[in-house]
Order: sequence, then structure tokens, then C-alpha cells
Amino acid sequence: MISLAWAAAFILLAPAIGGLIAGIDRKITAHMQGRVGPSVLQPFYDVGKLFEKEGAMVNETQRFYVLSYFVFAIFAGGLFFAGGNLLLVVFALTLAEVFLVLGAYSANSPYSHVGAERELLQIMAYEPMLLLTVVGMYVAAHSFDAIDIAGFPMPLILLLPGVFLGFIYILTFKLRKSPFDISTSHHAHQEIVKGVTTEFSGPNLAFIEVAHWYEVVLMLGFVFLFFAASWILALIAIIIVYLLELAIDNTNARVKWQLAVKSSWAIALVLGALNIAALYLIGRA
Amino acid sequence: MAYLQKSPWIIHYDASSCNGCDIEILACLTPMYDVERFGILNTGNPKHADIFVVTGSVNEQNRYVIRNIYDQMPDPKVVVAIGICATSGGIFRECYNVAGGIDMIIPVDVYVPGCAARPESIIDGIVKALGILEEKKAAMATGAPVKTAVPAAAAEKPAGGA
Amino acid sequence: MDSVQFLLFLILFPLISALFMLAVRRDTDRDWIVKLSALVIGAVTVLLLVTQIGQGAVYLWFNAEPVSLLMFALEMVISVIILWFAVRFRNYLVIALTLAETVLIIWFESAATPAVMVKDPLFLDPFSIIMALIVGIIGSLICVYSLGYMRHFYQHHTGIPDRTNTFFIIIFVFLSAMFGLVFSNSLVWVFFFWEVTTLCSFLLIGFTKTEEATKNAFTALWMNLLGGIAFAGAIVYLTYQPAGMLGLDQVLVSGKALILIPAALIGFAGLTKAAQMPFSSWLVGAMVAPTPVSALLHSSTMVKAGVYILVRFAPAFQGTTVGYTLAFVGAFTFLIASGIAISQTNAKRVLAYSTIANLGLVVACAGIGTYEAIWAAILLIIFHAISKSLMFLSVGTVEHRIRSREIEDMNGLIVRMPRIAAIMTIGIAGMFLAPFGMLISKWAAIQAFINAPFGLVFVVILVFGSAFTLFFWAKWMGRLLVITPDAENVEGLVDKNEWIALVSLAGLTAVTCFIFPVISAYLIEPFLLANYGTVANLSQDNIIIMMMMLFLIVLLPLSILLPHKKARTLPPYMGGVETAHDMHFQNALGARTEMKLANYYISPWFGEARLATTGICLCSVFIVIMFALAFVGGGAFL
Repeated sequence: MISLAWAAAFILLAPAIGGLIAGIDRKITAHMQGRVGPSVLQPFYDVGKLFEKEGAMVNETQRFYVLSYFVFAIFAGGLFFAGGNLLLVVFALTLAEVFLVLGAYSANSPYSHVGAERELLQIMAYEPMLLLTVVGMYVAAHSFDAIDIAGFPMPLILLLPGVFLGFIYILTFKLRKSPFDISTSHHAHQEIVKGVTTEFSGPNLAFIEVAHWYEVVLMLGFVFLFFAASWILALIAIIIVYLLELAIDNTNARVKWQLAVKSSWAIALVLGALNIAALYLIGRA
Repeated sequence: MAYLQKSPWIIHYDASSCNGCDIEILACLTPMYDVERFGILNTGNPKHADIFVVTGSVNEQNRYVIRNIYDQMPDPKVVVAIGICATSGGIFRECYNVAGGIDMIIPVDVYVPGCAARPESIIDGIVKALGILEEKKAAMATGAPVKTAVPAAAAEKPAGGA
Repeated sequence: MDSVQFLLFLILFPLISALFMLAVRRDTDRDWIVKLSALVIGAVTVLLLVTQIGQGAVYLWFNAEPVSLLMFALEMVISVIILWFAVRFRNYLVIALTLAETVLIIWFESAATPAVMVKDPLFLDPFSIIMALIVGIIGSLICVYSLGYMRHFYQHHTGIPDRTNTFFIIIFVFLSAMFGLVFSNSLVWVFFFWEVTTLCSFLLIGFTKTEEATKNAFTALWMNLLGGIAFAGAIVYLTYQPAGMLGLDQVLVSGKALILIPAALIGFAGLTKAAQMPFSSWLVGAMVAPTPVSALLHSSTMVKAGVYILVRFAPAFQGTTVGYTLAFVGAFTFLIASGIAISQTNAKRVLAYSTIANLGLVVACAGIGTYEAIWAAILLIIFHAISKSLMFLSVGTVEHRIRSREIEDMNGLIVRMPRIAAIMTIGIAGMFLAPFGMLISKWAAIQAFINAPFGLVFVVILVFGSAFTLFFWAKWMGRLLVITPDAENVEGLVDKNEWIALVSLAGLTAVTCFIFPVISAYLIEPFLLANYGTVANLSQDNIIIMMMMLFLIVLLPLSILLPHKKARTLPPYMGGVETAHDMHFQNALGARTEMKLANYYISPWFGEARLATTGICLCSVFIVIMFALAFVGGGAFL
């Protein structure tokens, strides 16, 4: 059931893919803003530079939290691409995020603290929809395992349009894009400096960045699952979805957390739950 | 590989500037000059920054702030003083409430005079700083002492409050 | 020893310990007796497990006649005791309820014929063993903890008379009753032990004899009495059914339509005991009791009795609208209690609401009643008992050191009390984080709900409630782990007995996570097989993955010990302002300012007043519907 080869491929290639996606992201964003922008390899230079910086920390435990976040983000993604149980993937990802939050708490810094609180709010906002995505896939494809869902003969988007839209909504949270980049962001000055990543520097920050790349690839993998019946279609869908996220990012300002949380819950109920309920009604469950 | 040169992140601090130089710095980020194509990002967080870009001169309020931000930047780091006020106090040098240029508090690597300094000069200065940054990185790697000595003029900082 | 001797020993031995407590005068004697008793009870429970495992359900004949008479007499005594208290404090509600219950008991005694009485009132099956282990091991550890706790308690409350002996007497009687409860096949016996626990809970909540404690004790009493009346009502109803319906085994194999009414009544009794909405306020109010009481009665054992009986009745609830309505009460209690916990700043109240929420989840599983749901329910019971008791005991220890139960006062506990904070972190992680126990249980619950008819509603409630629980646990955990450099370590004064209990429970939390596949294979699955004919379990792959995660979590903290260059320490960023180590600084006007960080409590959304009212109304409606379906009709199959 579990394919170690795919997991290994993910572990080795995801940083390259994720970094490239980040680079293309910045390039396209720049052109949207009428600029030239950096090279598409820029994220790699950034991470390389961060590794070269002094490993100064606010306290000794930060290294442990960052490492744990890193390891479990890879674990979650590896499990996903190995074809494993999607619920476990989501739980492992949540575990990774909690380590990041704890690292931010440990720093005893106001910006870090508010960032950590907002990160928890963010998780509370998107977790229902993320779990409902998994549940929706189970109801449609009759399995929790990514490998079975990927092997489903029909593109799941046809059965789960609402769930898909809901997932795209919370994808904005996971990709840390406006309007839902409330805890930290790649943009310039946040109102809380860098939020959850404020007190991390040098190699620690590099690990966080690379872990984020792993997460991005994992999330795009989820998008893939909605179209897995046809790989060409899936690839096109991933590109379109990411471009959509970019467009939304560049045209929206950050919202307050209250709106972010409430709207996510509403979306989860209306788009997610109703879609799955409809599956029961039409007998496709 | 010369990552530092390719990914210099700056923290920009307005010490007591009239904002003239600050506007020119921000202009560098606009599509007209677009320094992001060099990988330059304006992070507002000293812990993430490599280049400390300061405008305006030192006074009693910002003396310790400048020191604090500088200390919080991980090595290797460079300081670029933008505008004549940051260099030496500029036209306000004789004022009772101005102490002088930034180099009274922290070691400055590049001075970009001007009032206000033009974006082209600023970019020039940053590029010069990048070279110095690489030198410091090399020095760090070999274990040679990095030039971050604080001038004697910098007063002892208080631990904060009464 | 054969099975009967084991069970009788476990039921009667704590009473002997209680008797010794009457005579004890010196602290050292009391320490000896309690520790010895705890050791014996724990050891015998484990011995029970080892010798009786794999046997399946064993029904034990017992000469029930004289015991039943004794029980009737004792029930009258209990009623008299309660009435005495109620009269003394002029609580007319309790008087009325006690009288009503007594009438029902007498009615049963007079109407019961020998044919109706259960021939084999004692029994043992894997689920009883699990419950006995919880009572025996966790209960014993809490007794040991109480030695340290109560000593400290009386050192700091020098004005009031030292009633530690009374405390332990009631605790031992309670342990005896819990053993009796889980070993009883006869519903009459279960009822007797149930009422004993009600009395013990009442006495222990009101132990400090303050006005608030007394008030809350009476609230707990009337709510539990309401459940008791329902239970007694069920027994009376069953007395008039064709012969031999008072045994659990007989009740469950009878036709479902016959037992819907008693199932609904006993379901109601379970709801009150497990503090489900609308009866949740008694558990929250019970937090005024000494912390060992909260740990023992109000998280790991007595409230588990409520869900225990519901899980026993689950085959009766399965596939019925009565069962589903009961499940809705549990599910909405889970959702709403988890929400309320977000807004609570008092640690014990957070733990109380979290307990109510987790019990709600178990009730939901029991109401749905499929074998997968019961598998999840039993896992939830086990893991929750361990983690929650650990949390309560930790909070009790912390409270004694820092003189506060407020979460915000636990800021930076990892510096002030490093080992306790580490233990608390394990406890909190055990409550919501993968791959620890509660997460496994929640995972099982999701899979169980989604496969049940109309299960989607429960899944939606579960995913939202689960997001709430993550929020309040993670922010508490974060608060503990803040590194405040200059804080003083006050851990040295923690009592040795408290350490024993805390470390043991922390170890137990970790160990049960590692061995849960074994627990499932040897205890839970045989139980499911016997009652449902099929078993549920996680696939082999997933168990392996869990193990991997556990190993990683164990290994990763070692990274702190890895050799590395001594890195420069940076202060936190405060916008450039110089701060002292304790983060005070000079503000723009030159005055000294302290930095203060606090968690979000989001009272406008999750405030207790608003949400509790919603929960009470909603769940009351469901309970009314449940009774309507059972009594009027339509209660049967979906």
C-alpha cells in the first residue's frame, strides 16, 4: 500500500520544486506589479544565505522546535506521496504547525506571541475544511488512502466541486497569501513585524522556509488528488489554482482574524458539508 | 557560493530623518528601480536582515535603538548610512538635539551622502556594501575577527527604565 | 485465585483500608496504609489482567439473596444520610428527589420476585478489566498523590480541623464502589454502587465546607439524583418485564423494542453522571473540591461510570432513533464544551470543560453504537482517563507552588518548574496531539462516524470541536513553554508522593500510546467480537506509522543535547527598544513599563454564558425528543 519510492522522491525533490514555485511566484508577482523581479532561483539564494548566517537564537529550545516542525512537515508530505492515510497526513501536518507555534511562544516576544496566537487561530480556521476535504474524498472514493483516491477512475472534482472550492479557500491560509496571511507573510512589513517567524534567524529561518516549501508541495498534491484521473488535467489545474492564488494575493489586503476565521467556518459548512451531504443524496457515497 | 551577495535583506531605520532619504529608499523598491531583482527584500526585522540601512542622525531618543537593532542582527552584517545626516549630521550637525552621524554608535561600512540621496546612489551604495558583506563572510568562515567594534563615543546603554 | 475471589477482593479490600483510616492518628501510619493499599490494589488489578485476559466474558454465580438485602438496607441508609444533609441545609429539591428515589427503590424491592433477580450478579469481561485497570492503577496513584496534596493543604489552611482521615475513608469507599460498579452484571447492583458514588461525590465536593463548596455539592447531588431516579425507574420498569431482564447480559440480548424505555432512562442517568449538557454545571462547580477529587472522581473514574453504562448499552442503542438522539446530546456537548473551554482562564475550568467535551464524544460513540464507534469510545475512555488525571494532578501541584490556578500565571512554567512543566506538556500533548492517545481515538471516531448512517452530521461536529480543542490546548502549552530568562525555579518543594504519581502517570501516558495496538488486540477487540461479532481496528500500516511518529517525538528532543557551537543569544525584538531580561523597558515618556503577554480567550464568541445557555437548551430538546421516541413510539430502528 505504501510506496517508499514516491516518499523518497518527495523528500528529495520537494525542496527543489517548492523553491522553484516560490521563485516563479515572485517573478509573476513582480510582473503583475510592473516590475522585473528577482531570478526564479532567488528562494534558493535566500535559503543558502540564511544557512551562512550566524546561528544566533533567542533561546536554546528554538532549534528543537524548528527541527521538529521541519521533520514532521516532511513526514506529512512523505506519507501523502507514499499513498498513506490522509487523516494521518493532516494530523502530522497539524503536529508540525504546533511545533512552529511553540517555538514562537518560547521566544517571550510580543510580535512572536501575537504571531503564534494568530497561527493558532489560522489552524482553527482551516482545520475543519481540511478535514472535511479528506472526509469528502473518503465518501466519494471510499478510502482514506491517498493511493486509492489517486486511483479513482473519475476526476473527483466532478463529485466534490464544493469541497474543492472550500479547499481552495483555505489553501490561501496554507500558502500564507493575502487576505489570510495573518500570522506571517512573505511580504514586507507586517503589522506584527514577521509574526510567528519574528524571532527565528539564520539556519533556523532557513529550515522554516524549506519546511514551508514541503508544505506547499503537499498542498498542491491535495489539488492534484481532485484531478488525479488525468495527470495532464491535474497539472493544468495545479497551475491554474496557483495563478489564482497569486492573483488573489496581489489584489487583496490582509483581513482581520475574525473575518478570516468566521468565513472559513462558513465556507466549510456551506461548501464542504453540504457537498458531502449531496453525495449521500445522489447515492454516490 | 556567494549567497549573501545574491540575497541581501535590508532593515531600514529612520533615525531622525526628515523622511527625504526614506522616500528615496522606498523609491528603490518601486517598479522604477526595482531592487528586488537583486534579491533585496525590505524585512522589518533585524533578526532577518543583513544590511542595516539608516537615515537621519543620532539623537538621545534613537541612540540606544540604533545600537539595539544593530546588535540583534546576526553576523555577517553591514551598515549603510544614507544621506548626509546619517553620515555626519548634515545641515543639522550644529543643533543642540543632534549628536552626529551614525558612526558615533555603530561601525558604518558605506556612506551614501546626499540630501536627499538619489536612488541611483543608494543602489550603488548597497552594491558596494554587498562586496563588504562577502568579505565579512569570508572572515567569519576563517575565524578572523569581524570588524564590528563599537566606537568609544557610544555611551553605555541603560537596561531600560527606572 | 479464581475470578470471584479477585472481584470480591477488589471490592472489599478498599473498605478494609477505609476501616483502618478510622483508627489512624499519625501521619506516618496514614502514609503507610495508603501506600500499601494503593500498591495492593494496583498489583491485584494488574494480576487480574494477567490471569483473566483472553477468557472472554465470565459470569459468576453468587449467593445474591443476602447481599441484595444488605444493599437495600444500605440504600436506605444512603437516602437517610442525604436527607439529613438536605434538611440541615434546607435544600428542598434534594429532599424531594431523594424521597422520590427512595419510593422507587422500595417499590422495586416489594415488586421483585425471586424469578426476576439476577442469578449471576458478578461478571468479568475485557471491558470490565479495562475499567478496573483505570480505577486500580490511576486511582491508586491518585491516592498516593493525595498524601502530599492534603498535607500541604492543611499546612496552608491551619484554621480548619484536619479531616484527612475522613478524606481517605471516602476515597476508599468510592474506589470500592467503582470496582463494584464495573464488575456488576445485575442492574440493581450497578444502581447501588452508582448511588454510593453519588454520595461520595457529594461529600468530597463539599469537603472544604465553604459556602461555595456546599452549594456546588448540592448542585451535583440533585443532578445525579435526577439520574438516579431515572435509573431506578428503569429497574422498576424491567421488574415488570418477562423474567430475568435485570442482568446486563439479558437486557442486551432481548429484543430492542422491549428495552428502549429502560435504555432511554439509563441513558439519561448516564448523561447526568457524565455531566453532559444540560447537566454540565455540576462538574464545573465541582472544581472547588481538592484537586485529587477532581482527578479521581471528576475526570477519570466516576464520570466514566456514566459513559461506561452507556457503552454497555450501546448494542441496544445501535441503529435506533433513541440512540441517535442520545448521540446528538453527546456530540453537541462536545462541540459546545470545547468552545467554552477556549474562553476559560482558570486551568481547572478548562480541564472540566475538556472532560465534559471528551465524555460527550464517548456518549456520541455509544449512542451510535456500531462496533467501530465502540472501539473509538473505549480508546477515548482509556486515554482520556490517563491524560486528564495527569493534568489535574499537575495543576494541583503547580497551584500549591505558584498559588494560582490561572493559566496566565503559568507563563514560563518551563523555567520556574521545568520537570512539572515537561510533565504537563506530555499531558496536554496526550490530549490533542498526534500521535498520542486522544488523537488516535479521535481518528477512530471519525472513521466510525462516517460509516454510520447519517454519520456526516457527527463528523462535521467532530471536526469543528476538534479545531476548538486544538486552540485551547495549544495556547496553554505555549504559555507553559515561554522561556523567561530570569524566573526563579520553585520546583524544589514538590512533595515526593506527588512526584511518584505525576511521573508514573506521565510514563503511563507514553507507554499506553506505544502499546495501544496490544491493548486493542487483547482487550478491546475480544470485547467487540463478543458483543458484535466483528472487530474494528486500525490497519497494520497505520499502526506502523504511528510508531514512527512516536519514535520521532521521543528522539527529537535529544537535538537539544546535540553538540553545537555556542550561539550568541539575542534578545526578543521590541521595535528597537532596549529591554531588561525580564522584558521591562523605558517607554516613550521615560517611565518603566512591563511587557505582558496573554492568550486570546475570545469571550465574545466562546463566552460561557452564551454558549452554555445554547447547549443547555439544545441538549434539553434532544433529551425530551429521546424520551418521546422511547415512550411514545418511533424509537426503534432507523
